[in-house]
Amino acid sequence: MGNHQHHSRTTLRVNGKPHTLTVDHRRVLLDLLREDLGLTGAKKGCDHGQCGACTVLVDGRRVNSCLLFAVALDGCDVTTVEGLSGDGEEPHPLQTAFLERDAFQCGYCTPGQICSAVGVLAEAAAGHPSHVTDTAAPSGEPVELDRAEIKERLSGNLCRCGAYPRIAEAVEDVIP
Amino acid sequence: MTGSVGAPAERREGREKVGGTARYAAEFHDPGRAQAWPVSARVARGRVTGVDTADALAVPGVLAVLSHENAPRLAEPDDPTLAVLQNPRVPHRGWFVALVVAETLEAARAGAAAVRVTYDAEAHDVVLTASHPGVYVPEEASGGQPAVREQGDPDGAFGSSAARVDVAYRVPPLHNHPMEPHTSTARWEDGRLLVHTSSQGTGAVRVVLAKLFDLPEERIVVTAEHVGGGFGSKGTPRPDVVLAAMAARETGRPVTVALPRRCLPAVAGHRAPTLHRLRLGADEDGRLTALVHEVTTHTSRIKEYVEHAAVPARVMYAAPHRRTVHRVAALDVPSPSWMRAPGQAPGMYALESAMDELAGELGMDPIELRVRNEPDVEPDSGKPFSSRHLIDCLREGSRRFGWDGRDPRPGTRRDGPLLLGTGVAAATYPVMVSPSTAAARALRDGTFLVRTNATDIGTGARTVLAQVGADALGVPLERVRIEVGSTELPSAPLAGDSSGTASWGWAVHDACDRLARRLAEHTGPLPEEGLDARADTKGVADAESDFARHAFGAHFAEVAVDTVTGEVRVGRLLGVYAAGRILNARTARSQFVGGMTMGLGMALTEGSTMDAAFGDFTESDLASYHVPVHADIAEIEAHWLDEEDSRLNPMGSKGIGEIGIVGTPAAIGNAVHHATGVRLRELPLTPDRVLSGLLDRRA
Repeated sequence: MGNHQHHSRTTLRVNGKPHTLTVDHRRVLLDLLREDLGLTGAKKGCDHGQCGACTVLVDGRRVNSCLLFAVALDGCDVTTVEGLSGDGEEPHPLQTAFLERDAFQCGYCTPGQICSAVGVLAEAAAGHPSHVTDTAAPSGEPVELDRAEIKERLSGNLCRCGAYPRIAEAVEDVIP
Repeated sequence: MTGSVGAPAERREGREKVGGTARYAAEFHDPGRAQAWPVSARVARGRVTGVDTADALAVPGVLAVLSHENAPRLAEPDDPTLAVLQNPRVPHRGWFVALVVAETLEAARAGAAAVRVTYDAEAHDVVLTASHPGVYVPEEASGGQPAVREQGDPDGAFGSSAARVDVAYRVPPLHNHPMEPHTSTARWEDGRLLVHTSSQGTGAVRVVLAKLFDLPEERIVVTAEHVGGGFGSKGTPRPDVVLAAMAARETGRPVTVALPRRCLPAVAGHRAPTLHRLRLGADEDGRLTALVHEVTTHTSRIKEYVEHAAVPARVMYAAPHRRTVHRVAALDVPSPSWMRAPGQAPGMYALESAMDELAGELGMDPIELRVRNEPDVEPDSGKPFSSRHLIDCLREGSRRFGWDGRDPRPGTRRDGPLLLGTGVAAATYPVMVSPSTAAARALRDGTFLVRTNATDIGTGARTVLAQVGADALGVPLERVRIEVGSTELPSAPLAGDSSGTASWGWAVHDACDRLARRLAEHTGPLPEEGLDARADTKGVADAESDFARHAFGAHFAEVAVDTVTGEVRVGRLLGVYAAGRILNARTARSQFVGGMTMGLGMALTEGSTMDAAFGDFTESDLASYHVPVHADIAEIEAHWLDEEDSRLNPMGSKGIGEIGIVGTPAAIGNAVHHATGVRLRELPLTPDRVLSGLLDRRA
């Protein structure tokens, strides 16, 4: 293509496996996953960080993968919905809970909801407060995820089919 | 043996969906697949005078730029919105004027930004008013409904009624916004056109492509294995599939067209705005004497679609004198189309809000008012109902919700800065069914394969059809496999109008029933290829019924209105439905709750605006058009009655995909009135409107 200045070699660890690619600087993580690696579990709903369908985990934290330039993630560890269960055949407990609760219909927001929920569990355990966390709660202590906390923290993940109550129940099912 | 139907069977495609392996239309990575990006018109009315593609073609990776100047000529489609890149006319802002095809998404996007289109712009007219000079009475409203119906002397009867309500309601344009944008991947192979598309019905897509590209249907395969929602907007083919097929032919490559989210409001249909005038007249006992529902709406310059919002008034209540009218103005706006419960959702919002106002006028409980106006036959047609359990839904909902003992006085319950209230509204949706075919095969290993070109847009079609098949065959559910979502399968109608399960299920039932009888007669081992049976419900499913067939429901809402911020929070939402036999308790509940969630959005957050200066929908993306989020949803309950109706289909089912949205906005609006004493008659009930209403009331 003759425009090598617009591409850089980038190494990402995705679902435990390293991938080194020559990445267009304009390419966002979502398109790298979907187009370069064929991992289409992360969905494109808006491409503008408005819907959450593209949510994946980068170094354990949930992100809108449509908003992150892949080239800026050199050396990062990415987990997508395809990698949540690790090497095992058994699905991640959240995936099982979503199935058991019928927490989806069309399924398009589902990988994002699940990845987001994985992120929520980790954030709460790490003591990250949300808008609805009691301001008197001790700083840095794990936050108890009641229904209001779950709904608030998952509100960046839209579901047009309206599976919200079942999603919240599925998340409650896996709270230790 | 009846064991499967009604059971809460788990979704058959569930594992793929939660595991991220379910493939949607953009996710078929054929070798050499190119990406395309559309260029949208920047004027609301006019002509394209030039398309300068030089800069776009200079973008590395750009393969082609298509416009009306060089795109393949297509046969004229029945749906004018599909005549893309055929002529320089711009009928509305956002109309596609070019398409850039490139090696990558980034190159396609950059290429689209580099196309220079010049226009000869003309003055545009995009703002609907009830007194717009272009308003006319169409021959028909959408769905083949008569535009006007009149019985008796509604004006005279209204004028002499003891109690009267004469009110205007407004519903803004609404956007379907399924989570998966409209997307198609197309490739040509040996003169055949192979398409993956995000559609509610691939059969219609194939018919349209065959006509446009002048191909026999058997040389086209259209599949929709998984579809990320539709809500009506994927009920007809959209420009993405035409563009993908065109671009694939021009470039000789597989091409994916995934429409950017912000394009959808302009090219994927919308619920047209509706301006309602309701006149309800009643005697002292609350019996309606006159019911007049007049609706004014807009359509585009290229396609007449008339949101049939006055139609539910023909079904709901006994009133000897009645008139229902639809009027429409053709403006320089995008073409409206189906959105979940077309006609019914905005129509019942207005009617059920006005009924609440009438109950207030009469000092009567709103449930009692509906009981008094329960008709013996369908008011407009005079046909008997195949089943109608609206009052039972209201009573059961009242019991579950705790309606009895409600203090009817508005604006009297306070909790700090919050005003609290409850509201109720009725819901209805017609029973629709279309002919379908299906095939069933018994295999030597004891399993069965059922095939029909149904589409699972998230309803759980695979699952429920397998249940219907299993019961007709008299075998356990796990022995029935099902294939849907391809034109290679026996033809079947779309997933829309809440008619899919009834239509496909009827054919599946008949095919499996026939196969069961063949098996009963068969002796010895099955032949190598198994034993087949097919069914076609043409002439049966579409036979005229002597009965008026509708599902009914009741919605209850409890709200808290913040007098400081104007925010309305829905604490509880409860629906009770009489929708025939419920075929899968698990997926049915999800559909009802999903409909109610969309209704909550319609009531409180969703609304689009035609910008008068630019002729554009201002709220065109998900940052500006607010669909409900997790935090908006408190408790939502859906219940149903065991309704038996033998005049529907072999399963005894009515459609359930749309009725959930129908009564929800009025129930919430009525609850807001009960909480505040303020009657807001324009959706959505956003904080600015609520605060203004509260201030006006105080003044």
